[in-house]
Amino acid sequence: MSLQIQNLTKVYGQQKAVDDISFTVSEGEIVGFLGPNGAGKSTTMKIATSYLPPSSGTIKVGNYDVVNHPLEARRITGYLPEHNPLYLDMYVHEYLTFSGRIAGLNASKSRARVGEMIELCGLTLEQNKKIESLSKGYRQRVGLAQALVHDPQVLILDEPTSGLDPNQLVEIRKLIRNVSRNKTVIFSTHIMQEVQALCDRVVVINRGKLVANDTLPNLLKNQSGHSALVIEFEGGVSSDELKSIAGVLGVEEVGNFKFRVKGASGIDLRPEIFRFAADRHLSLLGLKQEEGSLEGIFRELTASV
Amino acid sequence: MIQVFIKEFNSFLNSLIAYVVIGVFLTAMGLLMWVFPETSVLDYGYADLDTLFSMGPYVFIFLIPAITMKSLAEEKKLGTLELLLTKPITDLEIIAGKFLASLTLVLLALLPTVIYYYSVYQLGNPVGNVDAPGVIGSFLGLTLLGACFCSIGIFASSITTNQIISFILAAFLCFLVYTGFDSLSTLINEGGQALWLKQFGILYHYESISKGLIDSRDLVYFFSVIGVMIVLTKTVLSSRQWQP
Repeated sequence: MSLQIQNLTKVYGQQKAVDDISFTVSEGEIVGFLGPNGAGKSTTMKIATSYLPPSSGTIKVGNYDVVNHPLEARRITGYLPEHNPLYLDMYVHEYLTFSGRIAGLNASKSRARVGEMIELCGLTLEQNKKIESLSKGYRQRVGLAQALVHDPQVLILDEPTSGLDPNQLVEIRKLIRNVSRNKTVIFSTHIMQEVQALCDRVVVINRGKLVANDTLPNLLKNQSGHSALVIEFEGGVSSDELKSIAGVLGVEEVGNFKFRVKGASGIDLRPEIFRFAADRHLSLLGLKQEEGSLEGIFRELTASV
Repeated sequence: MIQVFIKEFNSFLNSLIAYVVIGVFLTAMGLLMWVFPETSVLDYGYADLDTLFSMGPYVFIFLIPAITMKSLAEEKKLGTLELLLTKPITDLEIIAGKFLASLTLVLLALLPTVIYYYSVYQLGNPVGNVDAPGVIGSFLGLTLLGACFCSIGIFASSITTNQIISFILAAFLCFLVYTGFDSLSTLINEGGQALWLKQFGILYHYESISKGLIDSRDLVYFFSVIGVMIVLTKTVLSSRQWQP
C-alpha cells in the first residue's frame, strides 16, 4: 500500500496553504516530511486522512481516493494528529479497545491487538491507569498505539516527537522504527536529527511548495555545490592574503584569525592552505573540513522565498 | 455507532454526570410529587400523575443540556474530534452514538418514576382508579420530549467549543421549542394563525399525546424535530469540508 499525492493544492481564503505538491511514499518506506512551522505539513496530513478536502489534486491511500472513498482509506490508515489529542478520562486499556473497535476490529481481534500494542509500546505497567495521569512520553506512546491498533498499512504521524525529553525522543523513534516494518510511514517534523535517525527519504516543503524530495545522502552531497574549510592561525594574516590562494572563492572572518574559506566543489584546499602557511612561517592552529550539515540544508531549502 | 455509544455512556457512568442527573431528577420529582403541598398528589385529591408530566419537562430543560453540553464541545476543544472524524465511521454515526447515549441516560432517570404510577394506582379509590392510557401516553410524550431536548443539546454543543455557551444555548432553545411558540401564539388574536404557530411548539403535541391518544401527527412532529436537529448538527460537523 502506498501513499500517492498528486498536484495537491489547498487554499484557505486568499492563502495557499499547500501549493501543487506531488510525491509518493512507497510500501515499506519511512519518509520524513519536513518544513518550517506553517509550511503546510499538517494541512497535507489532514487532507490525507480526509479530515479536510483538497481544493484540487488527489491523494490516494493504497487504491482508495481519500475524497471518494474516505471510509475505506481511513480503515487502512493510522493517524496521530498534531498535539496528540486523547480522551483524558479514559483508561489506557479502555481507550485502545475503543480505538480498535471503532476501526472495525471485532471483540476478540481487538483484545489480541490491544494486548500486542500495550506490549510493543511499553505500556504494560500503565495500561490500567487513566490517560490524564500519564506523563507526556507515555501519552505519546498511547497516541501511537492508538494509531497502530488496527494494524494499518499506512501510518501518518504529525509531529510524533514534539515536546519530548531526549530519552523519550530516542524511545519513541525506536518505537516508530520497530512498528514501521512493511508499512508505509510518513511523519512530519522540524527536527533534522530525527530524519537522520529514521528516514529513508525526505520531502521538504516550504510555504506550501515542494522544495526537495530525495534521500538524505543525496541532499547532503548536493548542498550548495562548494566545499568549506574552517582554519585558524596564531596571527599575522588577513583575509585578503587568503583570497590569493589558488582555488579560494571566498573568505569570511569568523573569529580572531579564524576564517571560513569556501572553495569550488571537487577541489581539496587543504594542501594549498598548508603550503601557504608553511611558506609564510605561520602557525596553523586548526584546519577543519566543514560537512554539509542537516541544519544547513534545512535553512538553505526553506530560506528561499 | 455502537462503539461511540458505549464510549459516551461509559463516560457518563465513569464521571459523576449519570449519578448527579438521575439523583437530581428523582429528588426534584419526588419533592414535587409527594412533599410540596402545592403540587403534591396526596393533597390534590385526584389519583393522577399530572405533576410529574407537567413539571418533568421543566426539570429536563435544565438537566438535558447539562448532559449534552460536553458531547461535541469538549471533543472540539481537546482536538479528539479530529481523531474521531478520521476513524472509519461517518459523521452521522458519531452524532447518533452521542444522541443515543444521552437519551439512554434520560430514560434511566425516567425509569424509576414508573413506581409513582404504582403508588398512585394503590392510592386510587377504588384501587386502580387511574387513567392508564393517559399515563402511558404521557410517559411516551416525556420520552419523546427528552429525545427532542437531547438532539437540541447536541446541536448546541456542536456549534461551540465552550461548554457553558453550549449549556445556555441548549437550555434556551429547549425552552423556546417547548413553550416559546405557545407563548408567541398568545400575541396573535386571530385564532387560525395562533393555532398554526402553536403547533410549532412541543407543548401542543406533548399535551395532545398526554391525553392518551397517540396520534401519528404528534409522533411525526417529535421525530421531525429530532431529525432536523441531527441534520443541523451533521451540517455543522461537515462545515470543515466546505470550500471557499
